[in-house]
Amino acid sequence: MNYTFHWYQAFRALPEMLVGALVTIEVAVLSMVIGIAAGILLALGRNSKNKLLYGVSTAWVEGARNTPALFQIYMAYFGLGSLGIFVDSFPALLIGISFNNAGYLAETFRGGLRAVPPTQMRAARSLGMSAPKAFRLVVLPQLFRTVFHPLMNQMVWAILMTSLGVVVGVNIDLTGVTQELNVRTFRTFEYFAMAAVIYYVITKLVTLSARAAASRLFRY
Amino acid sequence: MMDGSDFGLQELLLMLKGAGVTLSITFWAVLGGTLMGLVFGLVRSVAPWWINWPLGGLLDVFRSVPLLIQLVLVNSFKSIIGLNASAFVVSCVVLAFYTSSYCSEIVRAGVQAVPQTTRRAARSLGLTYWQDLREIVFPIALRVSLPSWTGLTLGVMKDSALVLWIGVIELLRTSQVIITRIQEPLLVLSVCGLIYFVISYPISRLGTRLEARWRDLD
Repeated sequence: MNYTFHWYQAFRALPEMLVGALVTIEVAVLSMVIGIAAGILLALGRNSKNKLLYGVSTAWVEGARNTPALFQIYMAYFGLGSLGIFVDSFPALLIGISFNNAGYLAETFRGGLRAVPPTQMRAARSLGMSAPKAFRLVVLPQLFRTVFHPLMNQMVWAILMTSLGVVVGVNIDLTGVTQELNVRTFRTFEYFAMAAVIYYVITKLVTLSARAAASRLFRY
Repeated sequence: MMDGSDFGLQELLLMLKGAGVTLSITFWAVLGGTLMGLVFGLVRSVAPWWINWPLGGLLDVFRSVPLLIQLVLVNSFKSIIGLNASAFVVSCVVLAFYTSSYCSEIVRAGVQAVPQTTRRAARSLGLTYWQDLREIVFPIALRVSLPSWTGLTLGVMKDSALVLWIGVIELLRTSQVIITRIQEPLLVLSVCGLIYFVISYPISRLGTRLEARWRDLD
């Protein structure tokens, strides 16, 4: 083995990589917000009696769950161009991950809705609550409790998925920045090892804070 | 056109060949990952904390670092130590460890799903430790774990698309090559997605059906 590791060089790039890490977190959060909104709509669509709504949301959910996330990003980056919609690599990454998140979260929400028995709603109504009030005070807290853990898992998935952007040329997120440094210096192992540590810290922070939040939120 | 710039039989065959590479990576990764996961999972369900915690922490790394980064790291480390392994082999090895990390959790959950009283009953009927494991724990744990294991296998199949980054020509990469040649991205990608879907969807439905049926039997 005649290779000398240059860790110092990699350490000097730490500030640059942390800026990339911030972009990674931003993309992940943004894709989760879009994913949650779309996921709720898809879950309602999957329960709907309207054939068109049901068809579209089922196609979305099954498409998102049965093809690779990287394929979905490719579809946004290369595929939409055929329809005259040209997207840059960064929006393509965001579209791809959000599409994927929505597909998985739709099933989470559907399961959550099923987990709250309809008798709860009826009991709340017969106690004199109005329908919106019953939904907000009785159904929603229970729904939130069942979807909290899957939601946090999906958040970690979203963070890991943002790394795929580099394949379509994103160069501002953590993996993108690392790849730029790698191309400039060919210190592949050092830079990517640093990136791995940063990703590990980010995902651990998310899981630990989720655990802390859950123990406070769901005490009863 | 006669210069082969349309999507034809040749392109389709190329893509099916790419799908073959995807499936073969999945096969080796899941085979290796399941065997390792079985060992890690069993060790983690019986070992004392000073083995359990470090092993659990190590396996957790595979789930907390993006697969793409793992692939690049192992691929470059291979070059550093001068190991002569192809990108295909590196992909299979990395994916196998990745799979084993998830599989060990599935195995652990399966073992934990077998009630202690059932195992004590088995032992008091005179079964040895290994007999109890083989005849009592294994069949019950298998029922609990099989749906998750099916999901894991399909997940690995989809994640195997990432190996294109270290230079393996699998299904998605083949599609990209064809796109640069015939300039029909939407068409080629649709075929590619359809192939993934055709592999994944029936198996995922089967998993859900099995899960539902076994739940009804309980």
